[in-house]
Amino acid sequence: MAAEAVPAIETMTYREALRLAMREELERDPSVFLMGEEIGVFQGSYKVTGDLFEQFGPERVMETPISEEGFVGAAVGAAMSGLRPVVEIMTLNFIVVAMDQVVNHAAKVRYMFGNKVGCPMVIRTPNGAGNQLTAQHSQSFEGWFANVPGLKVVAPATPSDARGLLKAAIRDDDPVLVIENLQLYKAKGEVDTSVDGAVEIGKAKVVREGTDISLVGHSFAVTRALHVAEKLQADHGISAEVVDLRSLRPLDMETVAASVSKTNRALCVEEGWASYGVTAEIASRISLACFDDLDAPVGRVGMAEVPMPYAKSLEDAALPHEDKILAAALEVCGA
Amino acid sequence: MATTRRRTSSSRSTRRPEAIPPGSAHVAEPLDLRGALRDMTLIRLFEQEAERQYKRARIGGYCHLAIGQEAANVGVARGLQPQDKLLSSYRSHGFALARGTAPTGAMAELFGREDGVAVGRGGSMHLLDPEHGYFGGWGIVAGQLPIATGMALAGVKQGENLAVLCELGDGAINMGAWHESLNLAAIWNLPIVFAVFNNGYGMGTTVDQASAEPELYKRAAAFRMHGERVDGQDVEAVYEATARLMTRAREERKPAVLEVMTYRLRGHSVADAGTAYRTKEEIAEWADKRDPIALVTERLVADGITTEELDAITAETQALVDEAVAFAEASPMPDVSTLADFVYGDPNTAEQFSRMAPGSPAGEEQLLAQLVA
Ligand SMILES: Cc1ncc(C[n+]2csc(CCOP(=O)(O)OP(=O)(O)O)c2C)c(N)n1
Ligand SMILES: [Mg+2]
Repeated sequence: MAAEAVPAIETMTYREALRLAMREELERDPSVFLMGEEIGVFQGSYKVTGDLFEQFGPERVMETPISEEGFVGAAVGAAMSGLRPVVEIMTLNFIVVAMDQVVNHAAKVRYMFGNKVGCPMVIRTPNGAGNQLTAQHSQSFEGWFANVPGLKVVAPATPSDARGLLKAAIRDDDPVLVIENLQLYKAKGEVDTSVDGAVEIGKAKVVREGTDISLVGHSFAVTRALHVAEKLQADHGISAEVVDLRSLRPLDMETVAASVSKTNRALCVEEGWASYGVTAEIASRISLACFDDLDAPVGRVGMAEVPMPYAKSLEDAALPHEDKILAAALEVCGA
Repeated sequence: MATTRRRTSSSRSTRRPEAIPPGSAHVAEPLDLRGALRDMTLIRLFEQEAERQYKRARIGGYCHLAIGQEAANVGVARGLQPQDKLLSSYRSHGFALARGTAPTGAMAELFGREDGVAVGRGGSMHLLDPEHGYFGGWGIVAGQLPIATGMALAGVKQGENLAVLCELGDGAINMGAWHESLNLAAIWNLPIVFAVFNNGYGMGTTVDQASAEPELYKRAAAFRMHGERVDGQDVEAVYEATARLMTRAREERKPAVLEVMTYRLRGHSVADAGTAYRTKEEIAEWADKRDPIALVTERLVADGITTEELDAITAETQALVDEAVAFAEASPMPDVSTLADFVYGDPNTAEQFSRMAPGSPAGEEQLLAQLVA
């Protein structure tokens, strides 16, 4: 083994961490290339690809027309041919026009063709709301994709996981959807750049230890849950544990169940609609796995069950804000 | 290599492809040029005000301005009959105003207020005004194309003497919805005109980079549909072509593509400076030589309009914009209790569906209380 790497902890934003992962993978593996709208000269609609176009040129960083169905499908074909395309969809909302290629094609390739061919591709795209982007641009429906066998779905909540999960996704031999988040792009965190840092897909993480209730979420909901945990401690003397799912498919129920068996209470939180959502899945599994340990029914919080309204007053009311999560946590705690 | 950026020099000329344009048997009324200038000035001043208010954080979300495209907006709107229907992309302000929407309701929507045209639900991208035949402001690129096609179909089925004008951007033309909608319109002989507003860019991507046939009107040929190109900075030309093609659509049930050559003088949205992917010289060239308001003003001056008359147009439209801001400021924010209104039309089902929220008072909470009791 080589000499032990000296830790090099760098503070960077979530978007910089994603860019770093792409840069490292583009350098490591010549079969990796990027595709997407405005990812070149424009540096990405949310500036995630940044200078990669400048560094790697138009063959490795391919700008596409507005043709999601076409270029997502092209990525499936390229992946089946031995390349490793990393496709950016400007926001999760626009993946719907490519849904057929994702769900009916990418997800089916390996199984339907008897494992004779695979589809090692990545789609990265942000979910999220909160900037008055209204009904067609504020959605978080990653649960739809987590519903589909054949796809993997990850959703990092920190810069370090953003880098690590994206690297793992690019190296994965199956299609992986990487859910980024609009609010998190500017969030800062520590990343150890002296190590490869790939994060195994399918592992949740306890990001705050506690004893009285488990707050379980993914993506930006983890940030909200961490704030709520601080308030629960400060104002109510309640010690909350926060579990970051990180991966929705595959799902690490062991970590979730271990937490809930310890705290005996659980609140599941998500940015999207909770009905038929990620929280529905988690709550159902907790109820089964931790039936004897639960002191209260499992709680759930998601966005209000409306298309996102524009007006600030209504948008605020629709979002799964921290006060809503706090109220739900207190209810689960019977406080 | 084949996949690198192409830098073809597609012609951005506005020359008409055919000597005798189809539908030229229908001679449109001459355009009321003063009225057109008035509408274009209203849009310009409204958009400048929207830009200011956005920077003051009174307007949020995405805000796409039509500055530079006023002749295109007003030319197509004036080429419609009152019964005709109009649909567009998210760059919606100019269409609403050109079609006759009150600036008060439009500005109140941008402010997210109760008296907005969409009751504060839609914001900048989703203005609409069904009473004036404007069916929205749509946010998913090319999403409006199949819908417009269906409105034309409904017009035929209901025996109405109307046609539909569907605006889309040059970027939207590369979506699958373009192909499917044009094919349907052609095989069903629908009364619809697809107006491609070619402003040179879809965000930071040029037409040459995005489109294998950058002379976009030619893509109508794939459907044996008529296509033509018009100078979008010339409000009379846009009006004439629109009126002619819409009449032809209405009377002969012939769909068409009208490529309107224009330019956005601002960035893609207020958040984009619009300078990373184009030169300052290019912007200045369009601002100085091709500003549609300057062009129509020149024509009116040649026709003898006086400075007083021009000033009166500016004063009248500025007053409307000022009134719109005052109206928007005074309009209340939608009350939080109305959040679930309009998810469904029937208030009974609305109540039923509000129980969908996990732990909602009318749903599980009540159920639990009953079980415990
Ligand atoms: C399906 C889809 N993909 C991407 C986007 C993001 N987006 C919004 S506007 C736009 C550019 C559209 O350009 P164009 O059609 O030329 O219209 P313009 O903005 O120039 O009026 C893009 C890529 C979207 N709204 N919908
Ligand atoms: Mg355009």
